[in-house]
Amino acid sequence: MLHIKCPHCGLRSQNEFSYGGDATVKRPELNKEVSDKDWDNFVYLRKSPRGKHLELWQHISGCRQWIKVERDTLTHEIFKTLKANEEV
Amino acid sequence: MSEKFRLDKGGLINRNKKISFKFNGKKYSGYEGDTLASALIANGVHLVGRSFKYHRPRGFFGAGVDEPYAIVQMNRNNEVDPNVRATEQELFEGLEAKSVNCWPNVDFDIGAINNFLGKFFPAGFYYKTFMWPKSFWYKVYEPIIRKAAGFGAASIKHDKERYEHKYEYCDLLITGSGPSGLASAYAAAKNGAKVILAEDKSRFGGSLLTSEVTIGNQNGKEWAEKIITELKSMPNVIVKNRSQVFGYYDHNMLVMSERVSDHLPKTEKYTPKQRLWYIRAKEVIISSGSIERPLVFGNNDTPGVMLSSAAKEYLKVYGVLVGKKPLVFTNNDSGYETAIEFKKNGIDPIVLDTRKNPNSEIIKEAKDLNINIKFSYVVVAAKGYKKVKSADIAKISDDKKKLSNIENIGCDCICVSGFWTPTIHLASQSGNKTKFKDEIDAFIPSQSKQKETTLGSANGIFTLEETLKTSFEKGSELSKQITNKENKIAVPAVVEKKSSNHDKFWCVPLPERKNYKRFLDFQNDVSVSDIQLALREGYRSIEHVKRYTTLGMATDQGRTSNLNGLQLVSDIENKVVPQVGHTTFRPPYSPVSIGAIVGREIGKHSKPTRKSPMHYWHEKNNAVFVDAGVWLRPRYYKQGNENLFEASKREAKNVRQNVGVCDVTTLGKIDIKGPDSAEFLNRVYTNAWLKLPVGKARYGVMLREDGIVMDDGTTTRISENHYHMTTTTAQAANVLSHLEYYLQLVWPELNVNVVSSTEQWAGAAIAGPKSRDVLQKLFPKLDVSNNGLPFMGYMEGNLFGVNAKIFRISFSGELAYEVNVESDNGNFMWEKIIEIGKEFNIQPYGTEALSTLRIEMGHVAGSELDGRTIPYDNSLEGLVSKKKDFIGKRSLIKAAYVSPDRQKIVGVVPLDKKTTIPEGSYIVKDAKAKLPNPKLGHVSASCWSVEYDNPFSLAIIKDGKNMIGQKLFALSPLKNKTIPVEIVSSHYVDPKGERVRS
Repeated sequence: MLHIKCPHCGLRSQNEFSYGGDATVKRPELNKEVSDKDWDNFVYLRKSPRGKHLELWQHISGCRQWIKVERDTLTHEIFKTLKANEEV
Repeated sequence: MSEKFRLDKGGLINRNKKISFKFNGKKYSGYEGDTLASALIANGVHLVGRSFKYHRPRGFFGAGVDEPYAIVQMNRNNEVDPNVRATEQELFEGLEAKSVNCWPNVDFDIGAINNFLGKFFPAGFYYKTFMWPKSFWYKVYEPIIRKAAGFGAASIKHDKERYEHKYEYCDLLITGSGPSGLASAYAAAKNGAKVILAEDKSRFGGSLLTSEVTIGNQNGKEWAEKIITELKSMPNVIVKNRSQVFGYYDHNMLVMSERVSDHLPKTEKYTPKQRLWYIRAKEVIISSGSIERPLVFGNNDTPGVMLSSAAKEYLKVYGVLVGKKPLVFTNNDSGYETAIEFKKNGIDPIVLDTRKNPNSEIIKEAKDLNINIKFSYVVVAAKGYKKVKSADIAKISDDKKKLSNIENIGCDCICVSGFWTPTIHLASQSGNKTKFKDEIDAFIPSQSKQKETTLGSANGIFTLEETLKTSFEKGSELSKQITNKENKIAVPAVVEKKSSNHDKFWCVPLPERKNYKRFLDFQNDVSVSDIQLALREGYRSIEHVKRYTTLGMATDQGRTSNLNGLQLVSDIENKVVPQVGHTTFRPPYSPVSIGAIVGREIGKHSKPTRKSPMHYWHEKNNAVFVDAGVWLRPRYYKQGNENLFEASKREAKNVRQNVGVCDVTTLGKIDIKGPDSAEFLNRVYTNAWLKLPVGKARYGVMLREDGIVMDDGTTTRISENHYHMTTTTAQAANVLSHLEYYLQLVWPELNVNVVSSTEQWAGAAIAGPKSRDVLQKLFPKLDVSNNGLPFMGYMEGNLFGVNAKIFRISFSGELAYEVNVESDNGNFMWEKIIEIGKEFNIQPYGTEALSTLRIEMGHVAGSELDGRTIPYDNSLEGLVSKKKDFIGKRSLIKAAYVSPDRQKIVGVVPLDKKTTIPEGSYIVKDAKAKLPNPKLGHVSASCWSVEYDNPFSLAIIKDGKNMIGQKLFALSPLKNKTIPVEIVSSHYVDPKGERVRS
């Protein structure tokens, strides 16, 4: 079980969090033209990298904040955790 | 029966407390402190089971977790426990156990015929044999295999025992209380670190309990006792025996199973049978020791052949002789320790040493004791069927290829020692890439991946002096990094005998014209010839060889077999062991009972049960409950002998004719506040929200980004910047996360706060043509007329002194209201509604009637919003704004979503107006078409329409828009039904929606 450092609450076990996928995906802006390709990329297409991955988790049984976690998908090492509004 | 093999004195058992027990129905006696194995051996019982494949007689091979054979079925306090190692099961008064893998009994086992058919059971037997004919698989092969498989039978009864989980955090977790564990724990504890010391066995001390060493001025056992006593007295130390750390997971999370009560006749009140510990450790010290390796020779599985370390343990810990005419067969000095122990207790052993002329202190001691030692000698084969009676021994040539001087000598046990295998399972599980150490012919941990350090013989260090020195150092060093304290401890002086090098020889060649079975994996019956065959058949990867032959796959995880198997593969392939590599070690190290894994999360404890504040009223009024997610909701209220169908029909009819009341507390509620709330809702919902006036509710649908409907519900504008959102019961948690996601990550510039308020409000839906009369009497001062409180209107009121929110919303399609009060006042409100509603014939209605009412009105719910439908499919396109953007809008123009024959919701009525259509039925054009019959869609919900008194269903079918009026078929292969149906509008009752506005 992973040990994730919530930037708001501190180190907590994985079972307090829920996974939210790739954190680098940006939602296309509202009321703007979006090509089919860009929209499909946003909705469906995700990379499955081996190694470093910046991903979203929500501290669902804690402060309910969405956070960013930089994790190695191979070794599960966590390099960094960030608040929702912080960049790597 | 007397204990003929028990010594008069010695051992660590309590000779003042005799214990009686039963094995295979026969009564025996032993002492407190025995294991089932030691007590049976004391009674001369060596036949405990039959082997897995060939049903050969099997006895005891080890004395603890290393045991591959002696697996028994326990009967304790009227509960059965399969797959228990007799070598680990402590004796208690009245213990009952029996053998497994034998029928009708262990002495006369019919399955033993497999042994004589051995040549028909080669490696990969199952793969080769059961391939054909195909039709035989289910009826013939599988039942036979199932009957033959496994180590005992699980009970089908509910396990009444209690199992617990515990979470713990510590600075150092130390796995094993041998010399390295004790020394490192002591040093760390002295530095003030929070330490957990876990020992698998009941006694602490590991090898110190059986070795002849001196530490400081004490013998090893006394020193261990002293250290343990001191550790137990320290507040920063948790010392646990009967506790196996079996798994090393990510981020230094380890799991340990504690056998709290298995050694007692029954579990005491308020204690569990077993406890599973989830331990998060800053540092882990693996001091799991090592396990002796077998030597491989003919019939080396005969009862009476066992590890020499086990024989020594039975002698020194239990005062039990494994035999009175022992043969010790060794390739290193460890065998001599066992021989000397026999000699000291008046038994004359014969030692066969594979080495030519080794020299060491301990060999000299054995010689001085006049022990009969034969160098360059091997055991060729054990003789005897159910117990060793003699052994064929031979001189072996210097190149270890030729046997000569074969002779038969009498013996009643053969103690084997093929040197030591470090127990590296935990280190490997943590991700440590192990390395092969040539000097010991075994793998040891190398570069740590997680925060783990392996010490002592688990790390391939076999001298006590070095073990203690490094363990004190490491314990101190690791704890100092955490506590910043250092308490210097002087390493005590050690006296131990120095060993000479072991012989790399381990597998005795077959003599000419003999075809003895030489076993590698004793638990899975894998012999040398099986591996040879697998390699001849082309298997090369050790992982493939393992799966094909089942080498190392059984519950003992190949503890005694892995290295010999690897060595054999390397020899045949002309490689060295590190080139072959070892198979992956996976948790659990040792079997863990399912009960311990599940813990307290069984039955009602497996999830929380949520009850509304009106729950006890429902109970008192004969409600029959149904699980709705984690909520318990009344399904119907039973009157007299009514069944579900009759009761729900009555309740629904009463809503249509008079008035009903339904507990809607379970609906998800989210409180939304902030100046940008309207803008936020406008982006979340598909319809327009900017112009919703204060005091008005609106129905809304929200989508996922892929255009699929996520949830629906009403949201009410309570004041300028305050909204009250409702969600479906099932989606409440997901919707909240969804909103938080957009507010925190996508549009952080919006000034909006959301919080769940589901628990804060109790809700009652009052529905039916007379609901306004009830409401007026509940709130006499309010104007609740159609003008005062119009459809989708909202007002606040005072319900006999209690604040209430009144919404004019309807799920039933009737004139209806929902009244919310603070949860604590829920029951008060409910009773008032029932009391006041009496004169209008009010009746409570449950979820079944609720479904009926919404289905015949064509209102969609969870069965239609099933994660596969877009708004159009549910006839909700009127709610999709063309003007503004919202979550998921861009997806709605996808080709499949706008295709002219897109699926759509319709109503379905059986032509006979009698047969209810099972939910999930297919709608097809031709009932008799060739399979697979092209499916138009499926029936999502069914009810008995109370308005028309005939069955009615909703279905989502292809080109539904143009199907209305057509005669089709509903097929339910599950229920074997074919029902001719007519497709009608999904709005079966009141299609214009006049009632809700009346």
